[in-house]
Amino acid sequence: MSETLRVPTMAEMMANGEKPDILFWVGCSGSFDDRAKKITKAVAKILQRAGVKFAVLGAEESCSGDPAKRAGNEFLFQMQAMMNIQVLDGYEVKKIVTACPHCFNTLKNEYPGLGGNYEVVHHSQLIQELINNGQLRLMGGGTFKGKRITFHDPCYLGRGNGEYEAPRALIEKLDAELVEMKRCRSRGLCCGAGGAQMFKEAEKGNKEVNIERTEEAIEVKPEIIATGCPFCNTMMTDGVKNFEKEGEIHVLDIAELIAQAEDL
Amino acid sequence: MGVSNIVFIVLLVAAGALFAKNAGKIARNIRLGRDLKRNDRPGERWKIMARVALGQSKMVVRPVAGIMHILIYVGFIIINIEVLEIVLDGIFGTHRLFAPVLGNTLYYFIINSFEVLALLVIVACVVFLVRRNILRLSRFTQPEMKSWPATDANIILVVEILLMGAFLTMNAADSTLMMYAHLGALPDDLMHYASLPGHDGFLVSQWITGLTPDDPYAVANLERAAWWFHIVGIFAFLNYLPYSKHFHILLSFPNVWYSNLAAKGQFTNHEAVTREVKLMLDPSADPYAAPAEGGGEPERFGAKDVRDLTWKQLMDAYTCTECGRCTDECPANQTGKLLSPRKIMMDTRDRLEEVGKNIDKHGKEHDDGKALLRDYISEEELWACTTCNACVQACPVNIDPLSIIMDLRRYLIMEESKSPESITAMFNNVENNGAPWAFSQADRAKWIEES
Repeated sequence: MSETLRVPTMAEMMANGEKPDILFWVGCSGSFDDRAKKITKAVAKILQRAGVKFAVLGAEESCSGDPAKRAGNEFLFQMQAMMNIQVLDGYEVKKIVTACPHCFNTLKNEYPGLGGNYEVVHHSQLIQELINNGQLRLMGGGTFKGKRITFHDPCYLGRGNGEYEAPRALIEKLDAELVEMKRCRSRGLCCGAGGAQMFKEAEKGNKEVNIERTEEAIEVKPEIIATGCPFCNTMMTDGVKNFEKEGEIHVLDIAELIAQAEDL
Repeated sequence: MGVSNIVFIVLLVAAGALFAKNAGKIARNIRLGRDLKRNDRPGERWKIMARVALGQSKMVVRPVAGIMHILIYVGFIIINIEVLEIVLDGIFGTHRLFAPVLGNTLYYFIINSFEVLALLVIVACVVFLVRRNILRLSRFTQPEMKSWPATDANIILVVEILLMGAFLTMNAADSTLMMYAHLGALPDDLMHYASLPGHDGFLVSQWITGLTPDDPYAVANLERAAWWFHIVGIFAFLNYLPYSKHFHILLSFPNVWYSNLAAKGQFTNHEAVTREVKLMLDPSADPYAAPAEGGGEPERFGAKDVRDLTWKQLMDAYTCTECGRCTDECPANQTGKLLSPRKIMMDTRDRLEEVGKNIDKHGKEHDDGKALLRDYISEEELWACTTCNACVQACPVNIDPLSIIMDLRRYLIMEESKSPESITAMFNNVENNGAPWAFSQADRAKWIEES
């Protein structure tokens, strides 16, 4: 049974004299990309189910600046960051959750140097926390019981910030069979989209990075490739299509797995 | 004091002085880099050095190379006790000075362990030579590993084998002389070789004593020849280091101590940019105001040449052993793109060496019209990087090639406004719409209604 989604904006909450416990930073991909919007909705549903008092910035959110910074445009990045910090501080935001490891990394690590100090968590970390403290109860044994799931580590969550376990813990909560690719955790292979590559043609080579990575994923014969980043999701989805395996292998975000398992 | 002692002392002093001169140049070159504070949190730094440099924790990620490397590394460190004895013997004209000091049992034990290590070092070096020259492992046959880098690697390995061989030969000859003494057949003028009573050979070299000559004088000459070869070889090797990637044996420890302790995903905030951006965002700022006093030359945004990099990035370049683990893990490189993080480090060192030579020849301010960017590293290489940090993770001595790639990109963008067209479009979108795509910021919450 699908629940209706109620997602207030910070402005609405403020108008009602309320303050959320956590800001859900949606990110550009999560706001505009049709595939990533599904991840965004899954996160929102999970937060709602767990009774978390959250809000989004809506039209007041802007790009975190990550692609500008990785492309070398420090000016544009800092302009974005400082404007975002003004908005976040205006709402007295303390804690932020995001489903995008690029936003996660930037807000968590690079905003403090510009005066923006927040507790920033990746959605996989928050969901794990919600389960651990009993706010979110998973029934288990559902949709994904016994399914072979492999997890593709996002560079900016894994190597960039040392979080390898939270997404894996969630997969195990689904009673699924977690199978690891040859390269995983700190040796995981990039999906090819980071460092602003998402927004340009790849340089000349003999292969695309996402094809190499998808090949590796296919080798472990998964039914599902789990991701924790909207960009990784796009790259792996394209890779699976390239091998015409979209009938057998689904690419799903950790949040989508949880939401589907719980029929949210 | 005999002639040989004087010759030895002259050689020792000359080798030391020459090395100090060349190492000094490297230190000066590293100091050409920009300032960077890297001595905070000393407790953590000692720990990371103990784990990564002393404990070789990142070497053993690849077990074969890792374990072989540990053998050579332990061999190198421990054998310095033997080198100390050789140096003191050389200065004072003594023979096995430490034997009476340590007592026979302990002395045998120590020399025997050196011998075992020497043998293991030879084995490891042979394995490494085979991997490079016969198996031709992919990371040793990449384009940047042609000519000097390949020769350099082979020279290092062969020299190490020769040095260890000389050490074992010296001990074998000594054992033979000892045996003569035991049989009462050692001539009086060779009696100083009989300093170890009850000697029946060392653990490893005893197997080659059969190869020593029959005449005690010839054996003594062999011992001297091996002794001189060993120590002069060490002096020569010491002075080879500043020209070689083998310099890592000196820089690995400090380089790891000065590691970046921040999260790998955290890229530096460019302070000069922060000042500018704050001015731009401050409505009360006077746009025509003169720059603050004493600001000197405006700082360059990003890096075009080695002097724009920090001293740590330059130290990284001198520490790099060209092992290629970074390149091997690089997704761009694996998919056939031009980027190789190892090449970034080698280019940085080569360019820095060139700048250093220019300074020696023409003075500090000399400009040869060349730069790290384009003369060494192409834009195509820079744009192939996904900033995934695999190279940084892979480096056994915590070198950060990504930071150099990023600083060069920053120069391209902020000083030259040079980027692939699609990247420029992305910048425009971020600036105008608050997203890398051309969507209206007002529509950011549309997904809520669509659910």
